[in-house]
Amino acid sequence: MSFVSIEKITKVFPGGVRALDELDLEIQDGEFFALLGPSGCGKTTLLRTLGGLESSTSGKISFEGKDVTFLTPGARNIAMVFQDYALYPHMNVLENISYPLKVRKFSKEEIDKRVKQASEALSIEMLLDRKPGQISGGQQQRVAVARAMACTPSLYLFDEPLSNLDARLRLEARTFLKQLQRELGVTTILVTHDQSEALALADRMAVMDKGRIKQVGSPAEFFHKPANIFVASFIGSTPMNLLDGVVNDGKVVIGSMSFDIPAHAQNTARTGDKVVFGVRPEYVSLTSSPGSGIASGVVKVTENLGTHYLVTADCNGILVRGTAPDGSEPHMGDTVHLKPESVRTLLYNKTSEDLY
Amino acid sequence: MKSKTVKGSRAARPGNSVLGKGAATAFLSPSLLFIGVFLLVPAFWTLFLGLTDYKLVGIEALNPSFIGLDNFAKALQDPQFLSSLKLTIVYVLGSAIFGQALLGFILAWVLNELSPRVRSAVELIVIFSWIVPGSVVAFLWFAFYNKEEGTLNAILGVNIDWLLDYPMLSIIIFNIWRGTAFSMLLFSAAIASIPKSHIEVARVAGASKMQQLRNIVLPSARSYILTNLLLITLWTFNDFGPYLLTGGGPGGQTQILPIFIYDSALRYLDFGYGSAIAAIMLLLNLILSLIVLRMSKKGKK
Amino acid sequence: MRLLGKEVFTSDKRRIDERSSVEKISTFVFVLLAVSFFAIPLMWLVLAPFDSDPTFRIKWPNWGLGNFSEMAENPYAYRSLLNSAIFSAGSGLVVILVGAPASYVLSRIKFAGRDAFLYILLLFSSIVTGSAAMVPLFLLSLKLNLIDTYQGVVLVLTGGLIPAAIFILKDFTDSIPKSYEESAQIFGASSFRILKDVVTPIIRPGLAVIFVWSFVQAWGNFLAPFILIRDVNKQPAAVMMYSFYNDGGQAVFRTVAAFSLIYTIPVLAMYFYVNKKYGFRFYGGIKG
Ligand SMILES: Nc1ncnc2c1ncn2[C@@H]1O[C@H](COP(=O)(O)OP(=O)(O)OP(=O)(O)O)[C@@H](O)[C@H]1O
Ligand SMILES: [Mg+2]
Repeated sequence: MSFVSIEKITKVFPGGVRALDELDLEIQDGEFFALLGPSGCGKTTLLRTLGGLESSTSGKISFEGKDVTFLTPGARNIAMVFQDYALYPHMNVLENISYPLKVRKFSKEEIDKRVKQASEALSIEMLLDRKPGQISGGQQQRVAVARAMACTPSLYLFDEPLSNLDARLRLEARTFLKQLQRELGVTTILVTHDQSEALALADRMAVMDKGRIKQVGSPAEFFHKPANIFVASFIGSTPMNLLDGVVNDGKVVIGSMSFDIPAHAQNTARTGDKVVFGVRPEYVSLTSSPGSGIASGVVKVTENLGTHYLVTADCNGILVRGTAPDGSEPHMGDTVHLKPESVRTLLYNKTSEDLY
Repeated sequence: MKSKTVKGSRAARPGNSVLGKGAATAFLSPSLLFIGVFLLVPAFWTLFLGLTDYKLVGIEALNPSFIGLDNFAKALQDPQFLSSLKLTIVYVLGSAIFGQALLGFILAWVLNELSPRVRSAVELIVIFSWIVPGSVVAFLWFAFYNKEEGTLNAILGVNIDWLLDYPMLSIIIFNIWRGTAFSMLLFSAAIASIPKSHIEVARVAGASKMQQLRNIVLPSARSYILTNLLLITLWTFNDFGPYLLTGGGPGGQTQILPIFIYDSALRYLDFGYGSAIAAIMLLLNLILSLIVLRMSKKGKK
Repeated sequence: MRLLGKEVFTSDKRRIDERSSVEKISTFVFVLLAVSFFAIPLMWLVLAPFDSDPTFRIKWPNWGLGNFSEMAENPYAYRSLLNSAIFSAGSGLVVILVGAPASYVLSRIKFAGRDAFLYILLLFSSIVTGSAAMVPLFLLSLKLNLIDTYQGVVLVLTGGLIPAAIFILKDFTDSIPKSYEESAQIFGASSFRILKDVVTPIIRPGLAVIFVWSFVQAWGNFLAPFILIRDVNKQPAAVMMYSFYNDGGQAVFRTVAAFSLIYTIPVLAMYFYVNKKYGFRFYGGIKG
């Protein structure tokens, strides 16, 4: 049974903005789940609705099979770490961590024990008597996590907890969050802007757009099999090649080029279908001679990506991107022949925008 | 225990506010009560009293009657009221608009370019004159203006009885001294809110100080300026301070409207007439506010 | 690139230098005149209290503290200061107790036209003042038996101060992230606890500023007690100061000198305290 179950949740803000649109989602017990999507797609709203901070317009939310749609935030046994951490400025770290426990009327000994555990787990013991204003951003984040952890909730909600940290600290904090979640085994939902963060941390993830889920799956599925054109163009550090074409006689014809129909679409793509042919630049390499299934063109731009070069070539008016190893990169104006790896190619229906 | 919570909050999906409707109303109502009793009721009561011949002494005291617009008609023919209205307009234009606002703006503009130390020292002195209690300020100026021993005559080397010979000028200067700090602080905030880069772009383009002021500072500070002018105009209109200095004299030469209202209503105890004057003042201020509000709305578009 | 930057810099600097002598002198003269204008009348307040022979003139004093002992012998002086303290502390407290909850609600609960409502309220309170509403405020106090009472003056003063207090305090509360309250909600804290443990401590600086602001306003207010208090034993310092120099003549000069300083010091001290502790934050949100 799934741990969090969201059924047809809709949230319409007073101004009329439909931030969540009949959204369905299931999250498994103990999972580290990441929510990804462009700005304004409703990630924060979804998280806040799960926390009970935002009232949903319609739909149902249950935790462990129990309907919590109408429960107050405090009755849901969750912990939330806010983007600004929301550490109380007038309480020191110790008081901040123990405040939720006091609210929940734990005994003095129990509070001391839990504060000790949490602060050791996050190595912030030496900060206990400082005020939030007197510690660094990374330390504040740890305190916020410790405060959330000490109440042993059954669900963690994180809203971009790492976005206030500088790049280096963010990497450290990322590793550390992952470890902590593994040790505690508590179901965790993380909202993030940063897809590398989602890919690195999550067991499973979802991409949202305009208040709806566009795809749910493991990070690998997102990378290799984006379920629709939106996800295909959203995920990936270098933008995927997405070329408009038509199916004709067992081939995908794109301008003057033609490629084999990808294996997954062989039984479903019909002649005459308008399609979008997709392949990541990482799976497009240079070959020495032209031919069928190969895009030949003139190099417009080369970009150094460290271990390899991203090559953009103009193939009779169609831009195709591929990669070349460092050292054997072509130059601007060179004619190149780009060959997609056939097992990595994808085909989308142009009308439904979905993968075949 | 848990099911109880569920039942208890079944009524509505949880909102995002700490306070429910009931608590929010409870939090607001004392303020609304105060505002109702001490602002709304007096405003309408003033209008109403202006329509009666209510007096504290005499026959009308026992049995005031409704006399329609008689008081207002009387006021419009009363040379004392008309002169009082004129004096008030001079007082407002002179001390609030040309005095406080202009001086406050120049101070804010000039101080903005000086070193922070000089700036805060000058600001401090200006703010001082603002927070010293009104009756102390009145006495300071009473002493300053004194004919025989006053410091002003000593500085200027003249022998003028300021409060007797130039009463309006005297209270205008007195009020400029007293109220400039507010305009200065507000305009400092306005100038500080203009991004530095805007002014720098103009400077690199070779704009003179005056051009910078006209093209960048004034348009950006427009809403601050309108709000400031409106507020200080209203405050000065209602200012009772000159009473402490001149009592409205000599010969009514500083009898601005608040003092005229006080004299009619609470000295000669003609509540009806005093209220009619107050009502006229209220309405004037209301119209003025509406005009400025409309102007600032237009500016936004 | 660098050359260009340098050139702009030098030409800019030269231009500033060309104007600077004229500009510097006129700025200097202006600041000097402005400082004299504001500072000279204040000098009396600084010097006369310590002059054993004060007159209207600002002069170097015959140093002595006799004025203060003379003032101390005047029973009205001391009583009026006490009365002022009662009026001011009372007004400060009522303004906080009544205005703070309202400003919290107005900051946290959005409704259409809220900001316009607050702005209009502020203007309205500047229109319906003690001067314009003198008669009804007097009659209201008469009908409610509040003439010659502390409560009467406090209520009338508070009524006038609350709109501006709500306006300023709402602006302050707006600057505090809502996530403080939300995290406490998630921990399961009751509304009462959230207000007590989280909200109140965080908005305390705003409350302190408003308390001091109301205190200072009430401390200096002349009109309300002038109209509503007849009993000389209940008159505050603002009115007493006026009576001293209006009715007393030369006889009470020494008392007036000492009294004006003693009467002024509390508000100056409070101003400095708030300024130092919280930074001066006046009408931050006013711009319509
Ligand atoms: N309180 C509110 N009132 C009205 N509209 C709101 C409110 N909060 C959010 N919205 C709108 O709802 C939509 C979703 O907002 P949300 O904050 O959930 O986006 P997000 O995915 O978290 O974006 P980001 O990545 O920028 O944080 C946006 O269009 C936003 O403008
Ligand atoms: Mg967000």
